[in-house]
Amino acid sequence: MTAVAQREAASGGLWSRMSLGQKQVIWAWGFLAVPLVFYVVIRFWPTFQAFYLSVTDWTITKPAAFVGLENYKRLAADPLFWQVFRNTFLYLILGTPISLLISFVVAYYLDRVRFMHSLIRALYFLPFLTTAAAMAWVWRWFYQPVPIGVINDILASFGIPQQPFLRSTSQALPAVLAPAVWAGLGFQIIIFLAGLRAIPVTYYEAARIDGLSEGAILRKITLPLLKPTLVFLVVFSSIGFLRIFDQVYNINTNDPGGPLNSTKPLVLMIYQTAFSSYEMGYAAAQTVVLFLILLVISLVQLRLMRDR
Amino acid sequence: MRFGHMLASVALGFATLASTGAKAVEIEYWQYVFDTRVKAMNQLIAKFQEANPDIKVKQTTFPYADYQTKVAAAILAGQGPDVVQLFYGWTDNFIAGKMIRPLRAEAFPAAEIERDFFPIVSAMKRGNDYYGLPTAVRSLALFYNKKAFKDAGLDPNNPPKNLDELVAAAEKTTKRDGSGNIVSAGLTLDMGGQDHHWWREVLIRQFGGAPYTDNDTKVAYNNEAGLKALTFYTDLQKKHKVGQAGFMDEGQAAFRAGLAAMTIDGTFRLGSFGTIKAFEWGVTELPANAQGQRSNYASYFANAITTKAEGEKLAAAEKFLKYVSSPEAMKVWMEVVGELPARRTAALTPENIAHPVYGPFLKGLEYAHTTQFKDEAAQRQVAIDMANRILIGGEDPKASLAKAAEAEQAILDRAKR
Repeated sequence: MTAVAQREAASGGLWSRMSLGQKQVIWAWGFLAVPLVFYVVIRFWPTFQAFYLSVTDWTITKPAAFVGLENYKRLAADPLFWQVFRNTFLYLILGTPISLLISFVVAYYLDRVRFMHSLIRALYFLPFLTTAAAMAWVWRWFYQPVPIGVINDILASFGIPQQPFLRSTSQALPAVLAPAVWAGLGFQIIIFLAGLRAIPVTYYEAARIDGLSEGAILRKITLPLLKPTLVFLVVFSSIGFLRIFDQVYNINTNDPGGPLNSTKPLVLMIYQTAFSSYEMGYAAAQTVVLFLILLVISLVQLRLMRDR
Repeated sequence: MRFGHMLASVALGFATLASTGAKAVEIEYWQYVFDTRVKAMNQLIAKFQEANPDIKVKQTTFPYADYQTKVAAAILAGQGPDVVQLFYGWTDNFIAGKMIRPLRAEAFPAAEIERDFFPIVSAMKRGNDYYGLPTAVRSLALFYNKKAFKDAGLDPNNPPKNLDELVAAAEKTTKRDGSGNIVSAGLTLDMGGQDHHWWREVLIRQFGGAPYTDNDTKVAYNNEAGLKALTFYTDLQKKHKVGQAGFMDEGQAAFRAGLAAMTIDGTFRLGSFGTIKAFEWGVTELPANAQGQRSNYASYFANAITTKAEGEKLAAAEKFLKYVSSPEAMKVWMEVVGELPARRTAALTPENIAHPVYGPFLKGLEYAHTTQFKDEAAQRQVAIDMANRILIGGEDPKASLAKAAEAEQAILDRAKR
């Protein structure tokens, strides 16, 4: 009893001997520790565990046994993995530039529109708020053949042959990508608008007084000054497209990632390996590969776009 | 006086609590959430507890998507159910994970099981041991739209009996627009639905082959019979143009909307089709081949006893399993859920056989096969891709079939390790 009291007194003494700044630091870390511990336990710990699982053959029901790099060898020899790899990068190299270009153009002109500016901006933002699953289901019906597919109905009324869209190995990926791009536009437009507004008006006034053309203003002033915004959006949307899942899964739930795996991204392959085939070790190996891809791409982009 | 009463009643309450607490065994039963199944099980549990006051059964349910993962995690952690419901195709997985135990032969003699149940129950047998018993089973049949039949000049009370009649009826009921696009299909083509079962266990056999050998561990369809079966299937779209994979997204959706005259589906669809108001539909057995040979695919959820159940809980679990696979329980299950009884005597009553909807499904059970899947989703995907390579990619059926056989064999081999 006395020992405890003594210790309390000692610690009380320590506390009272600290400066206000030190106390503030301790308080700050005390509060920060909660999300940090949460993050370490919920995020980092499973991440490290995934590295470990990727060298085992765990299947949920069978106990895990160490298999070395067997899962990685199997992955490298799996033609499905390479196709999925290609698909994932197709989503990235089509999705990121297209969505950024469209959202920049919209933002650029929307910035000049005063008439019902807020309403238009809200309309563009609306798809971003919609659940991906619900959106994918609506688009899934858009793409149906006649008599119920809206797009094909329109094509047919103009005498254009109906298109297979989701039932074609070449059209399916762009068809899946379209709603994904559309859904992300609102967010990118808002960020671009904020970036455009952050550029001081005086620069533009000076340029106009000097007689610079609109094109030159865009090239010499707007784009260079938008660079931080652009870097953020490129990295953000790249990661988004590399992790695309819900759009793909929901637009074709009977044959997710189909037809013939032509729309399957890496995340969907991981999901199916883990939660449909229960090959947790193999799925963990795929996860590690995805992690490395995301890491490398993010680092390269940050470097490329920041240095110059 | 009043206080004395109270004291006495409290004491009495404690005494009864203590005595039942010492006697009553509580066992846990797990199944996935499906409204009617839960309701039927609640009724069964109430009846069981009435007959066995010393046993208490607690039912726990989970969404289907998480079911297998949760059961595995719980049992491996020493928690979870004493009696568990599982899809017959998961049996190998559950045995490998030491999650379920073989039924004791003294309590469930194999000879009796084989005498009383439909032969498809053998999918729960490994060596000499049974690992579970179903309450109800499901099979496939051909659903047809009577209105579409009438409109096409066909007799709505005389649905196709064999494959030739099936194609002929489909040709008559298909409607196309000016550019030749199908606007109403004769027969739905949906490998992702039930068609892969139809192809695997029915068509291959009807064209003279067998889908697998060695207890479904060796793919055996990469031959003449398999090719004929596959060509028959893909010709429905390519040659006869009576259906189109992906039409209306799903076969069942097309049929529901009245935009397909026929579809192959299972007992589990009866609830959904039962709400169709726009037209009258009928059910008939899956078409026979030219020689009159029929086949069907049946599946079921079985109830098994887990490795967690020991001692008096094991005895209680056995009693409960016996009850839920009794003819009485099957009757309740059929009335509430609409699934067919797994025992012959309970199923093949004259009344059931004459039933216009249950009849065709029940007849199918007599000659049905049950595929011993290792990874149902992956094996289904193989069939979907096989058809797509031909229907979308224009690949030669022979090459596509060979690729499918190789891919499926790889799945089967991997499961063995």
